[in-house]
Amino acid sequence: MRKGLALLALALSLVAASEAGAALRVVACEPEWGALVTELGGDAVSVYVATTALQDPHHIEARPSLIAKVRRARLVVCTGAELEVGWLPVLVRQAGNRHVQPGHPGYFLAADHVPLLDVPSSVDRSEGDVHASGNPHIQNDPRNIQRVATALAKRLTEVDPEHADHYRSRHTDFEARWTTAMTSWAERAVPLRGMQVVVHHVNWVYLEHWLGLERIGALEPKPGVPPMSSHLARLLKQAADSDARAVLRTPYQDARASDWLTERTQLTAVMLPYTVGGTDGAGDLFGLFDETLRLLLKVAP
Amino acid sequence: MLAMRTLAWAAVVGVTVASPIARAEEESGLDALRAEMVRMQEEHQRSLRALEDRVLRAEDVARNAEARVSAAHAGDGPVPDVAAGSSRTLANTFNPSIGVVLDGRYRAYSRSPSDPGIPGFALDGEAGPGSEGISLGETELQFDASIDDKFRGSLTLALADDGGTTETELENAFIETAALADGLTLRGGRFFSGIGYLNAHHAHTDNFTDRPLMYRTFLGGQLADDGVQARWVAPTDLFIEIGGELLRGKGFPGNASESSGTGAWTLYAHVAGDVGTDHSWRTGLSYLTADARGRSTGDGDLFSGTADVTLVDAIYKWAPNGNSTERNLTLQAEVARFDEDGRFTPMGGSAMNLDRHSYGFYAQGVYQFCRGWRAGLRYGQLQTESLGAAYSGTTLDRMSHRPEQWSAMMDWTNSEFGRIRLQYSLDESAPRSNSRITAQYVMSFGAHAAHKY
Repeated sequence: MRKGLALLALALSLVAASEAGAALRVVACEPEWGALVTELGGDAVSVYVATTALQDPHHIEARPSLIAKVRRARLVVCTGAELEVGWLPVLVRQAGNRHVQPGHPGYFLAADHVPLLDVPSSVDRSEGDVHASGNPHIQNDPRNIQRVATALAKRLTEVDPEHADHYRSRHTDFEARWTTAMTSWAERAVPLRGMQVVVHHVNWVYLEHWLGLERIGALEPKPGVPPMSSHLARLLKQAADSDARAVLRTPYQDARASDWLTERTQLTAVMLPYTVGGTDGAGDLFGLFDETLRLLLKVAP
Repeated sequence: MLAMRTLAWAAVVGVTVASPIARAEEESGLDALRAEMVRMQEEHQRSLRALEDRVLRAEDVARNAEARVSAAHAGDGPVPDVAAGSSRTLANTFNPSIGVVLDGRYRAYSRSPSDPGIPGFALDGEAGPGSEGISLGETELQFDASIDDKFRGSLTLALADDGGTTETELENAFIETAALADGLTLRGGRFFSGIGYLNAHHAHTDNFTDRPLMYRTFLGGQLADDGVQARWVAPTDLFIEIGGELLRGKGFPGNASESSGTGAWTLYAHVAGDVGTDHSWRTGLSYLTADARGRSTGDGDLFSGTADVTLVDAIYKWAPNGNSTERNLTLQAEVARFDEDGRFTPMGGSAMNLDRHSYGFYAQGVYQFCRGWRAGLRYGQLQTESLGAAYSGTTLDRMSHRPEQWSAMMDWTNSEFGRIRLQYSLDESAPRSNSRITAQYVMSFGAHAAHKY
């Protein structure tokens, strides 16, 4: 018995030793956080991104393959604000991994580090798929990326103190490049101020807030609830009477609804990348905002 | 008289002469007033224009400033319409998440089964298809919470209407470790066994209104028991999970021995992975062995011995680009071997040796063809050995019949919290076939636990 235990301990310590030298394993729930971890971690991290830009992060199957990834992760980076409430709890519960349980340093939620918009004053499911803590689609405002980067860099140094200096210097570098980029984005975005838009789902509040876009309506009358014809008729009239220029949608949303609207109005359908990898040009976080602005400026007044 | 007339005339003349003079004076005053007013108006408009210009200039300045501010990311200061810091996520910390699942049914049968038995198989009491007409299924109350940093607790109460009285059944009540490392999780209490695929799932997540024949016959619908469970996830990219349970043995096919501590144990392994972004799969092998001591069947027959169940399960899911909101497909199948080894005592007869193998399987496919709408088809079958003349007339007499069942369903999901389903089943589990139509709603409110794969 004692011999068996000693062997087991030896085997476990060997496993632990082989893990120690390797890069820090990170699971990112969405591509934008995967890209941010890569920016901040470089070679010191190995990132697995659980979803693609073509998947609706509200509705992801808690697939066993994801459990296997969370099982070996030392850090899980997700949006939070209930975006992943339908699948992330299953992953962390089933994985049996102490490091990434809620409350432990290995469990990082981006939404905890930015001011949230659209915090509902009352929460009722008849209002659709509402998020009690606020709108979780925070990644389309570069100021939020900057805030999350600061918090995430700090968290990386906590989880992996061995490479603390590495994370700090990469963060300083990222911060400098990001600030420069934000200045140029703000200059380019001037013509977009006050532009009226229609959206599919309320994915774009942070983008609207950053650029000063004015949302005049949404194809989904209530978040997550498919539109009824009466609502669409009203929206059609609203859009036709307005100066709205575009219908915004994410790559994972069906184009049919916005095509329906653009066929009947002066609006143009615009599929924005929404996250890293959403369109060809949006290969990293910088590309995400370059592309978003480029596509919006094409329809700007 | 003359004087008066003269005076009057004078007055008339005076008035007529004087009034134009007065009018002229009046008009010159009005002109001046008008001119003054025009001047004032012009001045007012000038000052208004100046004011407007100033406002516009101020707006421009503000706009530029704002642009500069966001450019210089000085926008880090508090945004006006936002919630305060991270305290918002803590509001519910000390309350468990509470959810309620409501389940209602309407059933119509072509033939009302007086005896819901399946010839050749000793069934558990809850294995029947349910009564006709309008009825409630199980209403579930779920409570879930972290107990502390190391443990998590879960409680599920099922309220079922049973002939006018409401029965409360403790479906799940367990604690589980949250803070063990290296993929190990321990659980204790009452829980659904991890064997097979469907067994670990709550019935309200099923794609059909009833469990397949195989589950109803070999596991009494679903094996829930008291005990301890250990499961371990391997540190590999391929998902490999190994689990085992020591159980009291109360659930069918066992019947809890009051004396000994453990009447059943299980062992299972699951392997799963993805192929690209569109396909995912899971397969498993499970084994259950349970003690039965004088377990009675519907007709008063008794069985003592061991009952073993070996299960193989496989599930495959498809969703274009891994995005299941519009379209997706699920194919799943399970095969079971059921071994009984012991002594069988028919009602009023003497004990006989019983050593018999039975088999069962089901296969089903569910396709979501557009947002909210799904259609599914399922087939299930049972087979067992013939036990000879000694068993004729007993529960285990299969009467040369092979039980099978076809089911077709269609359901509509308005949101992830509400679903309405219509199912047609051609039930040939008994020699006389029975067509059944079931309409069902499954809706939940409150916190709703995330669903397993």
